[in-house]
Amino acid sequence: MTTETTVTDARAATAPRRLTQLETLEAEAIHIFREVAGEFERPVVLFSGGKDSVVMLHLARKAFWPAPVPFTLLHVDTGHNFPEVIDYRDAVVAEHRLRLVVASVQDAIDAGAVRERPDGSRNALQTVPLLDAITTHRFDAVFGGGRRDEEKARAKERVFSLRDELGQWDPRRQRPELWDLYNGRHSPGEHVRVFPLSNWTELDVWRYIEREGIDLPTIYYAHERHVFLRDGMWLAPGDWGGPRGTETVERRTVRYRTVGDMSCTGAVESRALTVDDVIVEVAASRLTERGATRADDRASEAAMEDRKREGYF
Amino acid sequence: MGTTQHHERDLLRLATAGSVDDGKSTLIGRLLYDTKSVLADQLAAVERASVARGGAVVDLALLTDGLRAEREQGITIDVAYRYFSTATRAFVLADTPGHVQYTRNMVTGASTAELAIVLVDARKGVLEQTRRHAAIAALLRVPHIVLAVNKMDLVGFDEATFRAIAADFARYAADLGVRDVQAIPLSALEGDNVVDASTRTPWYAGPTLLEHLEEVPVDRDPTTEAFRFPVQVVIRPRTAEHPDYRGYAGRVASGVVRVGDEVVVLPAGGRTRVVGIDTADGELTQAFAPQSVTLRLEDDLDVSRGDVLAPAGAPTVTGADLVGTVCWLSERAPAPGARVLVRIGTRTVRGLVRSVGSRLDIDNLTIDEGATTLALNEIGTVHVRLAEPVVLDAYAEHRRTGVFLLVDQADGSTLAAGMVGPSVLVAASDDPERCRTR
Repeated sequence: MTTETTVTDARAATAPRRLTQLETLEAEAIHIFREVAGEFERPVVLFSGGKDSVVMLHLARKAFWPAPVPFTLLHVDTGHNFPEVIDYRDAVVAEHRLRLVVASVQDAIDAGAVRERPDGSRNALQTVPLLDAITTHRFDAVFGGGRRDEEKARAKERVFSLRDELGQWDPRRQRPELWDLYNGRHSPGEHVRVFPLSNWTELDVWRYIEREGIDLPTIYYAHERHVFLRDGMWLAPGDWGGPRGTETVERRTVRYRTVGDMSCTGAVESRALTVDDVIVEVAASRLTERGATRADDRASEAAMEDRKREGYF
Repeated sequence: MGTTQHHERDLLRLATAGSVDDGKSTLIGRLLYDTKSVLADQLAAVERASVARGGAVVDLALLTDGLRAEREQGITIDVAYRYFSTATRAFVLADTPGHVQYTRNMVTGASTAELAIVLVDARKGVLEQTRRHAAIAALLRVPHIVLAVNKMDLVGFDEATFRAIAADFARYAADLGVRDVQAIPLSALEGDNVVDASTRTPWYAGPTLLEHLEEVPVDRDPTTEAFRFPVQVVIRPRTAEHPDYRGYAGRVASGVVRVGDEVVVLPAGGRTRVVGIDTADGELTQAFAPQSVTLRLEDDLDVSRGDVLAPAGAPTVTGADLVGTVCWLSERAPAPGARVLVRIGTRTVRGLVRSVGSRLDIDNLTIDEGATTLALNEIGTVHVRLAEPVVLDAYAEHRRTGVFLLVDQADGSTLAAGMVGPSVLVAASDDPERCRTR
């Protein structure tokens, strides 16, 4: 490895310049992954197979190349997952020889630790198995794909966010976070949530997926499936509570903007078959991804803040 | 619209500072709204919330106050980050509250900002609060300041009023050593000169606020800065494909490094040469700030997390006597003899607080040399004796590496944010000694 011919990056020949926005965000996220690897004993990456967690894993792989990702993955399985997403998850874990821990909401229900809600949504029920898994495996840093643009309570979130023994977030007691000096000190039993995509927007994530050629579960692209309309959202039919009353199942061409519990994640009508199509669609959308597709964020003005206080990611 | 052009956008980080009732929330609301960064469901939620509170008009502050307590009390408690973008640039805006605990929050927001917007009410002109905001921006060495002279509609878009405020502020900013100030007359409420040029300020030939944000040159030439590379992690795969690979992962904090460069490993001082710059996307011949890369070195030196690579032969300072300007972030006051942890770059060392040297009075910008302690939100100098030497880059020349945190040993809380150097603030005092040292 001595000659210039081994240099593969054409950009290297040019003079130093200002990084583009995506390059800046990538460099910052990689820095955050490496800080956690340097400071914590038992980090874990929350991995749902959704686009944000897929991008997180991609960045983690870049951060430690050519070494393998030094983190375990944790999936909180609501029991109402999209089958395509579970297939994708398992394929990724196998391809990159990762270690996956699954925390199951169904198990928590069976054990009586949480109770099924009347509306069938299991999104909020994820908190208990998540915190149990963190305690059981003694994870001290938990990476989440949360972005500050998603929701106004998240806009207040630090990159390194300390949680107490009960996993609680106290927005009034957050540590000030200055420069890129992240303070990960914590006491036994406490853990730190880490959000490497804090400064990314939904569109940034999609543009990065395009730039890097990242594969996603197929439900992110337009496809025909059975859905029914409720509150302006196309929901997947199932035992969890739909269709009801006058709601009727139809076959529609839709795609998903977020991946979550099938009971509360809505699809949007779409013809977008490629990443480029999705970018055009997202750029033109007048609805936020959560506003368009998450039933439980509509419950109250502080729904996300309240869940986060209880330990939700 | 093609998507590739967006890949060429760059990123500008900015912070806003404003006091009560100067229209900061309205300005941010308008920036977000006029750049189409507020989507229909967010606006609908704000409209619902405004009506629920009995408000007659849509309260754009509700767009930004995200916490229950903030909405209940109608105040902003904590820094929040907002995102908006145009065809040429993406923006990360640190929205810092002006009400309470202004120093801590503004320091947080300004720490990563390349530009600060200081709002003033055109009817009131430059106030103490304005001076404070400018002083903190200067203390943190934010390179660009925008003086947003707001509520011009309430002074009949009077040119003389604007000119007087702009001149008043320019004198003060010059005293603080701020290099670039752009004053803009605007009305956040009515939209004048925020995104669109106002027809009501024909005497103003400058850019609108958004035009300025898009065009302000924030390019720093990395070749003029000294190279610094705090090592984060040692990469040793020990895999079949890479049995002997050993690389040092980190982010270039400043300057440029090229393959072949001779470097020194600080604080120990061993010399070696960079033989490879790796990324997951291939090898590079050079890396510059703020890229995250992995460096391979010629010699098998003892290099680990916390070490800093710097150019061999160029001046660097290492030592165990840390004198710095701090913003005190804790209710526990610093006391001589207190044991703390000092986080500097990627290194954490134990330290002993020797003394508090002086305190900056943020209200009248005088320095109290007799101060012996600091309260929450106060700014002053401390002397900390470290258990081992570290790289001591002066913040005045090294905005990325000349910073540190003081951390409580017992509970891990962040006690102070610090900048290396005896006094990086050139106070707007009339002390001729101080002015000469600038």
